[in-house]
Amino acid sequence: MANYLLKRVLMLFPLLIGITLITFTVIHLAPGEPVEMQTAMSPKVSAASRARLREFYGLDKPLHVQYGLWLSHLARFDFGRSFAPDNRQVTDKIVERIPITISLNVIALILEFGLAIPIGILAAVHRDTLLDRGISVFVFLGFAVPTFWLALLCMYFFGVKLSWLPISGIHSLGSERLPALARYWDVAKHLLLPVAIATFGSLAGLSRYMRSTMLEVLSQDYITTARAKGVRERAVIYKHALKNALLPVITLLGFSLPGLIGGSVIFETIFAIPGMGQLFYQGVMSRDYPLVMGILVIGAGLTLLGNLLADFCYAFADPRIRHGRG
Amino acid sequence: MKLRRRLALLCLAAALAGCAEEAPRQKPRGQGGAPAYGDALVTGSIGEPSTLIPLLASDSASFDIAGLVYNGLVRYDKNLNLEGDLAKSWEVSPDGLDITFHLRRGVKWHDGHEFTSRDVLYTYRVTVDPKTPTAYSEDFKQVQSAQAVDAYTFRVRYAKPFAPALASWGMFMLPAHLLEGKEVTKSPLARHPVGTGPYVFKEWIPGQKLTLAANPDYYEGAPYLARYVYRIIPDASTMYMELKAGGVDMMGLSPVQYQRQTNTPEFLARFNKYRYPASAYTYLGYNLQLPLFQDRRVRQAITCAINKEEIVQGVLLGMGKVAHGPYKPGTWAYKEVVPDPGYDPARAAALLKEAGFVMGKDGILAKDGKPLSFTIMTNQGNDQRAKCVQIIQRRLKKVGIDVKVRVMEWSSFLTNFIDKGKFDAVLLGWTISQDPDQYDIWHSSKTEPKELNFIHFKNPEMDRLLVEGRGTFDVEKRRACYYKIQDILAVEQPYTFLYVPDALPAVSSRFRGIEPAPAGIMHNLIKWYVPKQEQTRD
Repeated sequence: MANYLLKRVLMLFPLLIGITLITFTVIHLAPGEPVEMQTAMSPKVSAASRARLREFYGLDKPLHVQYGLWLSHLARFDFGRSFAPDNRQVTDKIVERIPITISLNVIALILEFGLAIPIGILAAVHRDTLLDRGISVFVFLGFAVPTFWLALLCMYFFGVKLSWLPISGIHSLGSERLPALARYWDVAKHLLLPVAIATFGSLAGLSRYMRSTMLEVLSQDYITTARAKGVRERAVIYKHALKNALLPVITLLGFSLPGLIGGSVIFETIFAIPGMGQLFYQGVMSRDYPLVMGILVIGAGLTLLGNLLADFCYAFADPRIRHGRG
Repeated sequence: MKLRRRLALLCLAAALAGCAEEAPRQKPRGQGGAPAYGDALVTGSIGEPSTLIPLLASDSASFDIAGLVYNGLVRYDKNLNLEGDLAKSWEVSPDGLDITFHLRRGVKWHDGHEFTSRDVLYTYRVTVDPKTPTAYSEDFKQVQSAQAVDAYTFRVRYAKPFAPALASWGMFMLPAHLLEGKEVTKSPLARHPVGTGPYVFKEWIPGQKLTLAANPDYYEGAPYLARYVYRIIPDASTMYMELKAGGVDMMGLSPVQYQRQTNTPEFLARFNKYRYPASAYTYLGYNLQLPLFQDRRVRQAITCAINKEEIVQGVLLGMGKVAHGPYKPGTWAYKEVVPDPGYDPARAAALLKEAGFVMGKDGILAKDGKPLSFTIMTNQGNDQRAKCVQIIQRRLKKVGIDVKVRVMEWSSFLTNFIDKGKFDAVLLGWTISQDPDQYDIWHSSKTEPKELNFIHFKNPEMDRLLVEGRGTFDVEKRRACYYKIQDILAVEQPYTFLYVPDALPAVSSRFRGIEPAPAGIMHNLIKWYVPKQEQTRD
């Protein structure tokens, strides 16, 4: 077991380096560079000042030297300074945006699983009834409606027409002077629409998945046996069937962990939520290499970590894997 | 598209810049009420400022804030004439080489230090320092020597008379006592600026908002509005809803919003709408290195074939003016009547025939068996430009010119096509600078890659006039040069100038004291006020 763990952990390093090498190459292949974005079409910029800017950012060095420098900084956990004019530490930029993105994603994820699982079970148990069809229509509606459009409609209705909810942002003006409890309520009101709409949009996948695994389990012999020996229907479903049907869903939960630090650009833009999606998008559009690389490395790291954890769990549950014979 | 303005301080004004003859269409509602201190102005911005050290910034959001926190030595007044700001007055020596600024006494930085010539000298030095990654050193390269004569006198000497020089001192002054001897790129002032301006920086919540507070010691008197809040709202439709819900007090409307969505009695009671020409124009530029466009008659013919009025109506819903040249209507360099061909499809056909094109069976003109066909490129994400290209495409088709359209992501567009000269024609726009010097855009020496005369316009008479126009401080002589330049452009048609759009701001009607002028509405922000009984934000 220890041997297997060690092997898996050691494997991470070449993987991570491979990922950074590819992303570094790809982002540099995109036409234009940071200096370009700041100086293009500006009459006040001479070739000399452009060269000066390039030198300042180290863009005058050959690509492999730039990569080597970046990697050696990374080895010391230094993501470098952003190429945007603010020239701030990439870590600072990421750290100030991660909390809101993670909280939003965690809440949405909990809601998604909390709603999709019961919905899926309900649909499976009442298979082919009006209820099942109604649920299908509902979740696919959420899946099919463009979220930005729904978001705008809801903002208009609840924000402008009814004035029940704030439209955008995560704080009201002057909320910093409110008592703590009122401040939380203020944030909750701001997050209600984004979370509700994000959840509505993602119900379909998980609930349909839940429905089909549940149906599969329900058609198995041991369920028939359970029913034959007179177990109550509730117990059949929630005790015998559900446990087995949930297993693959839990794997899905594992997969969604790396997604927690990613934000949706469109969503964050519409609701003016200062999250990771916007930061990354702006980074790419302005060719802010250190920022883009920083976010990608963290994302890649988390993905690898997630996979590793999943593998460990499998290894724990399945002896064939940890003995390397699977 | 950003043509860097002569004056950083005007970035704010230019965003809402306007023209005297075009007073607001709607009469301001909500008149009356005595001036009172208090309340806050909340505005929205699509982008977040990058750095509040203006020397290092290149985005308009940064200048929106910097314009309220800092001052320059000079600035443009509401009629777009230069006036003293931190300099009470200045003298230009008779030979035009020396400028002496007499600084205002008793102006305080927000931390209480006094503003002196030491700050001016520092700002100049850090700007031209080769280690400073700034885009604004070019104007100051012409300076031969700079000297702080005494604490309140600052003198610069130029190698040759350079008219845009004076305006260049509108650059925002930085506090020497906080920056001298330190690396300006790593200074905390980038996130927490200290200036001399009417508003004091309070806080910046990244991605959400910036807050400024009135400076009680401002040299022109404390502003009435106690706070200025700059919210970052990246989506334009969201911002419009925030405006209607009262989350922001002011925003620039789109033509559709101005014309079709805001004429309800409810909206008009709550907001005042303003309208005046923006400091920008949109044009169709031709690659003059291609044989096709080297023939002046072809360029003239295209201009004749395009109905600019139709574009203004179709794309801007009438919220703009047809352009004939690169200056803003109503400014001193603008020439009203130029020998521009105008909309005349018959003349277009005649010109093309004269140039040797014959109508083919497919309805496309051709010369020596080659069809008259080219591609217009424009950048992605600008809906008005995309519509404009389609209208042009249809009009040119009518006279027998086949136009293809290509829309590209901005940075690929510049790197792969503009810089390499690989384009036929482009539909783009320029911001119009306050100073009429356009050497960088039209002079034949500015045709290297990444320089702005990317269409390769070369005209000896034009070159001479451009040099003459920037080499004298005499406004009448300069005007004569720029009038001739506009005549040349009208005849040569290196660009087909299309339109100057209108700026269409809407401001909550509780704000009083707004005075639309050629410089827009923001020029007298410190005089805006909300009467006591109408104040809503504490």
